[in-house]
Amino acid sequence: MLTTALVAVPPWVFIGLAALATYRIGGRKIGLLTLFGLLFLWNLRLWQATVETLVLVSLSTITALVIGIPVGIWFALSRRAWRTFSPILDMMQTLPSFVYLIPALPFFGLGAVSACFATIVFSVPPVIRLTALGIRNVPTELVEASDAFGGSTTQKLFKVQLPLALPTIMAGVNQTMMLALSMVVIAAMIGAGGLGRAVWQSIQRLEAGAGFEAGIGIVILAVILDRSTQALAARARPHGAA
Amino acid sequence: MSRIVLEGISKIFGSKQVEGVELIRQGKRKAEIAAACGAVVGLCDISFDIVEGEILTLMGLSGSGKSTLLRCMNRLVEPSCGRIMVGDVDVTRLGRKDLLAFRQKTFGMVFQHFALLPNRTILSNVGFGLELKNVPAARWNEAAMQAIELVGLKGWEAKYPHELSGGMQQRAGLARALAADAEVLLMDEAFSALDPLIRRDMQSELRDLQQKLKKTIVFVSHDLDEAVALGGRIVLMKDGEVVQIGQPEEIVARPATEYVARFVEHIDRAAVMRAGQVADRSAPVLQPTLTVAEARIRIAGEGGDAWLVADDDRRFVGCLLAARLAAARPSETVASLLEASGEAVAAESRLDALLARVAAEGCVAVVDPDGRLIGGVGSRDVVRALAAHSAESQAGDHPETSILQQTAGAERWTGASRNFPSTRSATKASTGSPTMALG
Ligand SMILES: Nc1ncnc2c1ncn2[C@@H]1O[C@H](COP(=O)(O)OP(=O)(O)O)[C@@H](O)[C@H]1O
Ligand SMILES: [Mg+2]
Repeated sequence: MLTTALVAVPPWVFIGLAALATYRIGGRKIGLLTLFGLLFLWNLRLWQATVETLVLVSLSTITALVIGIPVGIWFALSRRAWRTFSPILDMMQTLPSFVYLIPALPFFGLGAVSACFATIVFSVPPVIRLTALGIRNVPTELVEASDAFGGSTTQKLFKVQLPLALPTIMAGVNQTMMLALSMVVIAAMIGAGGLGRAVWQSIQRLEAGAGFEAGIGIVILAVILDRSTQALAARARPHGAA
Repeated sequence: MSRIVLEGISKIFGSKQVEGVELIRQGKRKAEIAAACGAVVGLCDISFDIVEGEILTLMGLSGSGKSTLLRCMNRLVEPSCGRIMVGDVDVTRLGRKDLLAFRQKTFGMVFQHFALLPNRTILSNVGFGLELKNVPAARWNEAAMQAIELVGLKGWEAKYPHELSGGMQQRAGLARALAADAEVLLMDEAFSALDPLIRRDMQSELRDLQQKLKKTIVFVSHDLDEAVALGGRIVLMKDGEVVQIGQPEEIVARPATEYVARFVEHIDRAAVMRAGQVADRSAPVLQPTLTVAEARIRIAGEGGDAWLVADDDRRFVGCLLAARLAAARPSETVASLLEASGEAVAAESRLDALLARVAAEGCVAVVDPDGRLIGGVGSRDVVRALAAHSAESQAGDHPETSILQQTAGAERWTGASRNFPSTRSATKASTGSPTMALG
């Protein structure tokens, strides 16, 4: 549904807006990269696939963040939760990504939902881990300062811990997004559309050229998303902090 | 009036709370308890009072429990047993919510590494305590500006912490504690991260601020010179226990234990000792009505560069240089030979403030608050006072000595080296002044 809405937007409007947004976030270089990268994909007649992939990646990433950041906060504040679940996070990251397709299928059947589910499970560990790490690495003196002046747990979290952990959390967001993108081809195996399916089909049909084009498409998206989120992370860094 | 009363505060770190507290009740010490059940004792049965409006320094070597004790006062560290009264509130009994409110109202804290939030401006950092109290922004801005002016940071409020030098950052840290208008300031090694010169400025400024604002300040330091500079009582700690409490000059003059004696041995004694302690009370005092001949009889057999002259009421009149007396005709009166410059000093004046005058005038009179003469400080008295500790430390031969000297000595060298030249100048002057008077 979101995909159809976005596909309905004329590509040049979409591309223009995307380029403007990335320019505002990360400066001219990233803006131009977005502009020419997306124009190139449009030119390759991969526009619809690109939008589908973008939607899949964005939805999975956003869901992963909505789950991952609160869980990360919980892990940071509760030593016991951290000790209990940290091995599970390790396991989630070491299992081959195909494994997540298996539990998804009986519940959601073939299609985008299963693909999203597998992508989320696969990509959520970094944001959890880095949120927890960022909060734990806030200097004890700063946390103590909040306590000493009578700050409540919530005030401490929102006024001290989260703002100071933000750069690390943003690094987690970046990694999560990259992992989500890396799942698109695998997700295509259970029916997700987009650039992933284009690659998957051309592998099955031994069409090297088409596969290569779609592959380039994924790389271009990856670079754009990576650079923009990194620029966001750099902005989150407090003044003067290394 | 007591502001903070600590009663039997102990702190056991780790899980052996019950066993540890029981052993402390039985009078066991840190090392014994560690051996008996493995519990780490942070504080061991500490009781003392902090007077409202005083500046109290917690002193001791690293690991002696100073920070732990300071943090027990606002319960950043939960004491394992004991009671802490602040005013008439028992802090140890407060529930979580009341504790937060009480911290907001009563305690301001200043940290060793400043603990300013790097993502906030100085203004917003200084207003942090008030912001936590949910004071409206306009009000906390105003209070924060006042505090910023008070610590001399006006014009820097829009900067970020990293744009300020260490000394200025700590001023901001101090302003944050002042802006919250807390009654008690807790300062943990607040100046230890600063350069020595800046540090000295901050110490005297803190002293001035305290006299102006009348806050109760509990200051943690491992530097005895700093404690002396702050000018209040000192609580000396070792292994989580209090070894001695008192004014610096009391501690230097009468160390309670071997440990204290070694702790203070390298201090700049001239900064600690008071004129009243050093003054020679037994030296003969001349009356202005005496003739030179009578005076010579009175001082026969005594040595010195100058003599004190006081009337029958022991009110100080002036100083008579020994050289002057020697050169005078026997029929002259003492009154006619007096030095015009000699003005008496109060008994509580610091010795280091007198050194120059002792060197120049040979003897400085010390009077009590009523203006009555206590005695005189001559160059010999100065040398004796400053040399006292080196004789003691040579005599001491304790097994702990070497360890303590390594740890304490390394930090204390500034005191000793500052001490040395002043001793020398005083000695030189005592031989120098008579010749000057003759020539
Ligand atoms: N959280 C803690 N857990 C265990 N031991 C601690 C803890 N905090 C402090 N200690 C121990 O308590 C003692 C006193 O520490 P502290 O109060 O920091 O000393 P100081 O501030 O005088 O250097 C030290 O021996 C230290 O190892
Ligand atoms: Mg400490």
